[in-house]
Amino acid sequence: MYGNDFGVPARDGRDTPGPTGGTGTTPAPPDEPPGFQELIDTDARIEPRDAMPEAYRNTLVRQIAQHAHSEIIGMQPEGNWISRAPSLRRKAILMAKVQDEAGHGLYLYAAAETLGVDRADLLDALHAGRQKYSSIFNYPTLTWADVGAIGWLVDGAAIANQVPLCRCSYGPYARAMIRVCKEESFHQRQGFEALHTLSHGTEAQKAMAQDAVNRWWWPSLMMFGPSDADSTHSEQSMRWGIKRFSNDELRQRFVDMTVPQADALGLTLPDPDLCWNDERGHYDFGEIDFAELFEVIRGNGPCNKQRLDHRVRAHEEGAWVREAAVAYARKKQERAGSTTGAVA
Amino acid sequence: MTEHVRYVLALADDVLVASQRLGGWIARAPELEEDVALANIGLDLLGQARSLLTHAGALEGEGRDEDALAYFRDERDFLNVHLVERSHGDFAATMARLLLLSTYLHELWTALLTSTDDTLAAVAAKAVKEVDYHADHARMWVLRLGDGTEESHRRMQAGLEAEWPYAEELFDGSYVDAALLETGVAVDPSTLRERWAGRVVAVVEEATLTVPTSRPAVTGGRRGIHTEEMGYLLAEMQHLARSHPGASW
Repeated sequence: MYGNDFGVPARDGRDTPGPTGGTGTTPAPPDEPPGFQELIDTDARIEPRDAMPEAYRNTLVRQIAQHAHSEIIGMQPEGNWISRAPSLRRKAILMAKVQDEAGHGLYLYAAAETLGVDRADLLDALHAGRQKYSSIFNYPTLTWADVGAIGWLVDGAAIANQVPLCRCSYGPYARAMIRVCKEESFHQRQGFEALHTLSHGTEAQKAMAQDAVNRWWWPSLMMFGPSDADSTHSEQSMRWGIKRFSNDELRQRFVDMTVPQADALGLTLPDPDLCWNDERGHYDFGEIDFAELFEVIRGNGPCNKQRLDHRVRAHEEGAWVREAAVAYARKKQERAGSTTGAVA
Repeated sequence: MTEHVRYVLALADDVLVASQRLGGWIARAPELEEDVALANIGLDLLGQARSLLTHAGALEGEGRDEDALAYFRDERDFLNVHLVERSHGDFAATMARLLLLSTYLHELWTALLTSTDDTLAAVAAKAVKEVDYHADHARMWVLRLGDGTEESHRRMQAGLEAEWPYAEELFDGSYVDAALLETGVAVDPSTLRERWAGRVVAVVEEATLTVPTSRPAVTGGRRGIHTEEMGYLLAEMQHLARSHPGASW
């Protein structure tokens, strides 16, 4: 899964700037340590103890947190089908997949913590709506085929976005992404295989698969963010080696990869303008309705409130458990201390 | 259906239904680490259920596979205990149930390591290590909650009281055919009770909790008589598979 790092456009059509806020030219920040940019330019990794500009740190915290939040919110739409999975094998695969997502959340929060923030604070920011998660999870999973479509398309788009992050300039993020990407590739193959079974099954199953693909195709394309002309965080992030390719480049790569896979599935993609362009050596595709994307980011998607409410409720209902764990650990420590004291 | 098949199905249904209930915690656990742990435990139990259902189908010899047995049996044909089918309550009740169940399962699988049913013995060899971890996980939480804050202590005691009356059904051996005991296929669950009680009581006391004195609940899971909640559990679990009879997934 992926936390797309972009906001709602301001009136001029551009994103609202994040903490880096950069648009247009991107001069080096005044607190950039000497040699910092050279390190990045030679493809070396920045590690937690290295000096770094505050803006670099903030950009990474925002992006990694958003990514981590996306992993844990992403557990909900798929978790929605665990109790109803139509075979025990599929149930086991789905439970393992949702568990992997929790694990990805853990690696990523840990990576963010190397930048001097605390997981609890990041969760508070998510719950208060100050930090975002990927808008894709604000769409509902209405049928079993949605589980396959998410694996194939959403995880497929996530991989296209994330593989370059394995070479991100910030070491802990890059290393977490290597592991995340391996597992996501597995999920994508599982999603493809689940859809293949449906599209080669009964008429009803095939219709279910096609319906799911129809609903998930455009939101998946939106996962790459606004078109390059309207994207703001990109330029500084590219300079810092956090981002390697533009939104449009990655989106094109995803479309080119996915079209032949749809043929293999025997399913169509819901875009009448989709066709091979010999001259460009890529598939052309229709215009994306970014107005919908921004509505979903603004909080007006089908499941925004439901996803966040669920997350907040789980957190609040677990508060007494976390408090008990802390209290118990403290008691144990005190007892160990008094025992040691008595011996001494 | 032979007594042998019924015995294996009862073992299978306990872990299948327990797994179905645990799945409900995923994405709503108190900590991310606990989402991972509960999913892991649910997956282990589901794996045990799949091996046992497949084995039951093979013993029966009528071509029913794990999915035919899980999705196309009706409620009266499920043989699990009531302990596992009731909705899971709060986190304390869930950990109380996990302690009672996984400590029992650990005793059960340990005894079945020497079953003369080679498949059961093989399942036991894998499962015994898994449930040992589950019991330890439950033990750690019962200790933390029992000896944590005032609120957690109160909730843990309440959870224990809620689950305790349903533990007794695990040890009712009346459903196990005498011939299966003589041939060494099955174990008499009543023989597991003493060791189980010793382990559970030790945890409860270390957690500064009180061992409940409530009478065992009147149950009937081994005869296919379930709680009202079981119908909803199966309706949710089975509806998609049953909506598409004959389909592969």
